[in-house]
Amino acid sequence: MSDLFQDYSEAAGRTGAYDEMFAPGQKARQSYGQVAGALRELSLADVSARADSMARTFLDRGVTFDFAGEERPFPLDIVPRVIPASEWDVLERGVAQRVRALEAFLNDVYDKMTVVSDGVIPRQLITTSAHFHRAVHGFEPAGGVRVHISGIDVVRDAAGTFRVLEDNVRVPSGVSYVLENRRAMAKGLPEAFGQQLIRPVEEYPRRLLSALRKTAPSGVDDPTVVVLTPGVFNSAYFEHTLLAGLMGVELVEGRDLICRGNRVYMRTTAGEQRVDVIYKRIDDDFLDPLQFRSDSMLGCPGLVNAARAGGVTIANAVGNGVADDKLVYSYVPDLIRYYLGEEPVIANVDTFRLEEKEAREHVLDRLDELVVKPVDGSGGKGLVIGPDASHDELEALRKRIIADPRGWIAQPVLQLSTVPTLSGDKFGPRHVDLRPFAVNDGDDVWVLPGGLTRVALKEGSLIVNSSQGGGSKDTWVLAGSPQVPVERLPRPSVTVRERVSVWPVESNWRDRQSEQQQQQISDAQEVPANA
Amino acid sequence: MLSRIAESLFWIGRYVERADGTARILDVHLERLNHLPTDERRSVARELLGVMGARPQSEDFGLEELLHALAYDKHSATSIAGSLGAARENARRARETVSSGLWESLNTTYYGLNQHRKDVVGTYRFCHWVLERTAMVSGLADTTVSHDDSWLFLALGRSLERADMTARMLSTRDVLSAGMSWVNMLRCAGAYESFLRTRRAAFGDQHAAEFLLLDRLFPRSIVYALRDADDCLAKLDPSAQRVGFINDARRIVGQARTFLEFHRTDDLMSELPEHMERVQKAVAQASDAISRKYFNQADELAWVGEVS
Repeated sequence: MSDLFQDYSEAAGRTGAYDEMFAPGQKARQSYGQVAGALRELSLADVSARADSMARTFLDRGVTFDFAGEERPFPLDIVPRVIPASEWDVLERGVAQRVRALEAFLNDVYDKMTVVSDGVIPRQLITTSAHFHRAVHGFEPAGGVRVHISGIDVVRDAAGTFRVLEDNVRVPSGVSYVLENRRAMAKGLPEAFGQQLIRPVEEYPRRLLSALRKTAPSGVDDPTVVVLTPGVFNSAYFEHTLLAGLMGVELVEGRDLICRGNRVYMRTTAGEQRVDVIYKRIDDDFLDPLQFRSDSMLGCPGLVNAARAGGVTIANAVGNGVADDKLVYSYVPDLIRYYLGEEPVIANVDTFRLEEKEAREHVLDRLDELVVKPVDGSGGKGLVIGPDASHDELEALRKRIIADPRGWIAQPVLQLSTVPTLSGDKFGPRHVDLRPFAVNDGDDVWVLPGGLTRVALKEGSLIVNSSQGGGSKDTWVLAGSPQVPVERLPRPSVTVRERVSVWPVESNWRDRQSEQQQQQISDAQEVPANA
Repeated sequence: MLSRIAESLFWIGRYVERADGTARILDVHLERLNHLPTDERRSVARELLGVMGARPQSEDFGLEELLHALAYDKHSATSIAGSLGAARENARRARETVSSGLWESLNTTYYGLNQHRKDVVGTYRFCHWVLERTAMVSGLADTTVSHDDSWLFLALGRSLERADMTARMLSTRDVLSAGMSWVNMLRCAGAYESFLRTRRAAFGDQHAAEFLLLDRLFPRSIVYALRDADDCLAKLDPSAQRVGFINDARRIVGQARTFLEFHRTDDLMSELPEHMERVQKAVAQASDAISRKYFNQADELAWVGEVS
């Protein structure tokens, strides 16, 4: 191993976390064999030059996120995160299972609420969730799906066990970096791809489009799908353009849409054109000023009514946020048992519900040891890590918890697993999480092999959000056997016209020439024989 | 296609062409400005700015201010940097529609804007770099975007702006006090060699002006650019085949073109500044008509009365 990894094991050992690449004792795990081999051949200068080149490519290609009004390239580290087939199998089953349970839960929540009458979850918990929308109560979404796209965040604890950290079934973002990271890595570290089979990710846009089309309102033969973005100032704007571009559909803003007679249309140069499926990348609250925030300019008035009347499919469905509520999260293992009759494949992180008096008192005594999170937060906002917080911060937090116990959950501080990450002139252990993405077309939940590995670039930090200085890694899922059958989706049938050759092509002409010459040669050869 | 995206594409075409035209004009005029005495230099700088459609921001307007206003000012739609920034911003908003080649070349150009010396000598290099970049952007637009509506809007913006820029180029000769040689004028448009080959060096001023105004085969001549614009409009709106035009933009562009083509060259030359002004006005009107017809946007608060 080149000196790039000098002292690595020692540093990794100090964190007390599970290291994805090295087993204790400086030995690369089997799944990392090819990556370790490729890096061993490189000098520090090589690695830095490649990392620089990858960053420059991202800037030129505009693979950026918006940070306080400034476009920044999303940092991509050169060491991938590798997941062996056997581990992926567990994750894949676990994620799909969770999506099926959440889909059933949302259907129930906006309908009969049997989950409440059967005593699995308290009614008040649901009705007090900030994202529970009465506006959509009692209607079946067009196409029958609520969770079309989900991102289930998982982490690996110190013992090496995967656990679900949170569910994102509103507007999960980050899949564009999965696609771009793979492109960049294929050029940045081609040696590491080598002999091993890494499962491809580029199928995602086709799967997504196919699921969106499949869930269109009934009676539409050739549905028109659009992606709805809040606009160029949104931090995930790059992702919106990429997904629309790769699906070959329009990227619309609210002002491009018109609702009339419970149908949705977009303004085009050829007049108004009907829209059947909207992949929305706007929070519910901004979607429709008639239903939600009346001051919002981002959505389109009438969208919710159109969806309610079955005139348009909105993905993900309005009101899904109730499943993202972190207090609901603590019930998901029960929901899996209740709706599916199965045991959860992936466990939750242990979670204290601060509404329960005993748990609250226990947590208030140990605030300095725990992570406390707001139940409706995302992007790491409002999260307090006990061991890192000052006395004043903890006191302020204590008051807020007592004032609003429904608003918070607490979890033990998890030592997220680490992966070697380039920092200055060597590799250091940095904590990572993983967001696998799943696409649900109503019949089948497909999990994109891999997902987004986010990495906390600051030494020792556990916060991986890009808005707080996080980066990412390409995530490689190794295929179980070299002969993995390539999954094929039925593509829309396209009539291919028979190619008619108008001009004789050159090679053809040469063939004829040589054919003739050969003829002459064999003729000539025959002459002496006859003589 | 979406009206908003069509509008972005139209403006990508206009802004890229504007950066190209401004770089050409600045490049040629800088050479002459440098040779002038200080006082005259100031007045010519002001007038040149006026021809480009802007007004000096301060009393103290000299060469340095001119460079800023025409080359480096990122906040002005008249300057090269401003135009390229605006083109890139439009492409960012239409990113799922333009090809990645087109987007990346505009994005890379945008990031390259800061890497040039801002003095007179540096500006020459800057102008040439801009000509290379805009040629590349145009080439990628032509070869990597399907020639469907999206490309037609881009090409429409480009040809209208080109007619406008050549008109401004021709205006500089008569508006600026110290008249400029026709050789330089032809160089501005990149037309010198083409002109020599066409007219075999037996030429006077009149022929040069005629070439830039009326030549049917030289792509930067006004008549050529207007015909290009008309072609794009015709393809965008194939309904008017037999009789008449209901498309205002086509009428305006067609009138401007035929007005030039059917005038005597002598008459055009004797009132060149007026005619060039007319071309610029026609471009502005056509641009407005195109906006009205194709880029129809919701008003800021378009409520459709349908309350549940």
